[in-house]
Amino acid sequence: MEDQQPDSDDPQAAGKKEGQDMENDSNDIQVEPGPGAAALKCTDLLGIEYLDVEDINLILDTAEQFKEISQRPIKKVPALRGKTVINIFFEPSTRTRTSFEIAAKRLSADAQSISASTSSLVKGETLVDTALNLEAMFPDLIVMRHSYPGAAHLLARICKARVINAGDGAHEHPTQALLDALTIRDHKGKFEGLRVAIVGDIAHSRVARSNIQCLTKLGAEVVVAAPPTFLPLNVESLGVEAHSQLEPAIEGADVVMALRIQLERGGRLSFPSQREYFNLFGLTKERLSLTAKDSIVMHPGPMNRGVEIASDVADGPTSVILDQVTNGLAVRMAVLYLLAGSSKDVETAA
Amino acid sequence: MSRLLLRGGRIVDPSQKLDQVWDLLIEDDRVEAVGKDLPQDSDTEVIELTGKVVAPGFVDMHVHLREPGYEYKETVASGTAAAAAGGFAGVACMPNTDPVNDNRAVTEMILDRAATEGSVPVYPIGAVSAGSKGEEMAEIGDLVDAGCVAVSDDGHPVATSFLMRRALEYTKMFGIPVIDHCEDMSLTARSSMHEGTASTRLGLKGHPSAAEEIIVARDVILAELTGGRLHCAHMSTAGSMRHLREAKQRGVAVTCEVTPHHFTLIDEAVSSFDTNTKVNPPLRGPEDREAVLAALGDGTVDVIASDHAPHHADEKNVEYDIALPGLIGLETAVPLACEHLVHTGVIDVSRLVELFSTNPCRIMGIAGGTLEAGAPANVTILDLDRQAAVDISTSRSKSRNSPFDGVLLRGWPAMTIVAGMVVWRSEA
Repeated sequence: MEDQQPDSDDPQAAGKKEGQDMENDSNDIQVEPGPGAAALKCTDLLGIEYLDVEDINLILDTAEQFKEISQRPIKKVPALRGKTVINIFFEPSTRTRTSFEIAAKRLSADAQSISASTSSLVKGETLVDTALNLEAMFPDLIVMRHSYPGAAHLLARICKARVINAGDGAHEHPTQALLDALTIRDHKGKFEGLRVAIVGDIAHSRVARSNIQCLTKLGAEVVVAAPPTFLPLNVESLGVEAHSQLEPAIEGADVVMALRIQLERGGRLSFPSQREYFNLFGLTKERLSLTAKDSIVMHPGPMNRGVEIASDVADGPTSVILDQVTNGLAVRMAVLYLLAGSSKDVETAA
Repeated sequence: MSRLLLRGGRIVDPSQKLDQVWDLLIEDDRVEAVGKDLPQDSDTEVIELTGKVVAPGFVDMHVHLREPGYEYKETVASGTAAAAAGGFAGVACMPNTDPVNDNRAVTEMILDRAATEGSVPVYPIGAVSAGSKGEEMAEIGDLVDAGCVAVSDDGHPVATSFLMRRALEYTKMFGIPVIDHCEDMSLTARSSMHEGTASTRLGLKGHPSAAEEIIVARDVILAELTGGRLHCAHMSTAGSMRHLREAKQRGVAVTCEVTPHHFTLIDEAVSSFDTNTKVNPPLRGPEDREAVLAALGDGTVDVIASDHAPHHADEKNVEYDIALPGLIGLETAVPLACEHLVHTGVIDVSRLVELFSTNPCRIMGIAGGTLEAGAPANVTILDLDRQAAVDISTSRSKSRNSPFDGVLLRGWPAMTIVAGMVVWRSEA
């Protein structure tokens, strides 16, 4: 990156410029990613698949610096003043949507959220038409959650606004993986040599897909455990060790991540009852005694208590579930900030 | 009486085991003779074809012409124009129109359109069941009398084993095949792509190979039980090829076809979420593609058919999961086969002609597939050396849904002759 010549179309240069503006606005946030590392190599955040380790670390390091803003009495910096962020959620969401909205506002962006129930989707408008209409209002960033894999790619192809995928079906949920990585780094200080067990509905989980990519890129060893009905074909091809029993997967694990059982994504005939699932795969204190010393327990939420995780584990001393939520804010601020300065080319007349 | 002499081409006609640089003489709408240095009189029109391949007219036995009901995607006129430009001197059209071609009136309407507006002959395929609903049998006798050459509920499998058994039995009266779209729908609900490594990565719901193979196995067993004629459409998996090879070895009356997209592309192509890669059956894994190539080489596969499935841009410019499956193939089938099968040595030119002409005509029992004296003068002429990129914007089809736009291919059709008339000639 050092040898790149900054020019006006260079996202790196744009990012730097943004950084300087922030300094000049003097609200004393120190976000100076340093020469040569200030830009992501992508103009949209569609998935962890398209990030390299350098990109991931840039986001995590930037998020680290943004954490402090949320501790201030006045929780706002002018970094994205005058920028417009549209959050469009075609699926229900509390955590992610609120997190993006607050992240945008803490950076002084104008944020507008649209949910499927109030959108034109219910009137039969296509995603492409919705996107073109939003685009006509010149947003700088569009954050979208959608139930179909690749929906964010479609949006990114036709929009000049930078697109952040806030979950596309069972495909990816990159900011979740990034906030999980930040949380793991906070508690473990490293990724190399860590054993991370992801337990539950791997087949229908975008959280699993993004986390597997992110953590393996960062050097952690990832194991997955689920009933075989929840393991996608050739899951090992993602670079993980797979188990159809919980115990061998969590044995010696430094991190155990439970996934939500998502009946709405087609889990029909995947397991006979929630009771049986808990009996076989529920995270309990007793089972977690198999893990490494000082292991942590994570969950992307929303939790089904008593199904994938026992309440005393979710609320217990090893749980970092609320740290994940707090880190989500910092990661989303970092992503909005890093992408807002970039420029992109799009296909015309899609 | 008009005479047309095709002079100096390489005449490849597997029906006569012929592969010679000879002449072909056409008188009116029939082949008069093939031979060396055929005489010509002063009123004979001569076309010099040195360096070109001259073959019996290619027939695409799996095409969706969309008329009646979906004229915004394709019509008999536009679809047959695309066929002619793709080197096809005939097409068989699937019955999943609106209304479904499950009765004489629809068959006659299609044939009437073909006669008045078509560039090449159209061979309608009737429905197996009324409305292709998989319940009551369509009036197959009346469909055959009106001009249908086969029956199929394509787009869907023949719904039940019982209906398939009855259809295989009943069609024996007419000597026509039952063409099945082999898919166990209970295994493919909401699927968008092949179930494999790529679907695992992309989070798209997978359509397992087993869904196809289960119905192939069912159909083969029922064909053996009934003695009826089975033709399996668009075979795409290694397991299907294994079942079919074994069934043929045992003498079961089964034939099958593969599509150019299944012998050229694999599921990894879906990674871009380009909806033109969405097709049913889906693009399969690399090992399936290898098995399809092997089956093309060893004779297990009888036919290459395009499964030309036009869709409007609005039906593709949507999320992958809700995009309609299918791609247009009439104008790319022959060059894809030349590039990926002939020039790579998987098959020779004679086998290519068998797959595109001899076998589809034999399976559907239609005139053609040969250049014997007296045969209809339907001829496909190929330029195996021409290299050009696919340019979908110039397609004769009303639709543009192809994943092959811009792809460089070697070996293109040069001319299409139907009943002694040149219906299309390459400008290149």
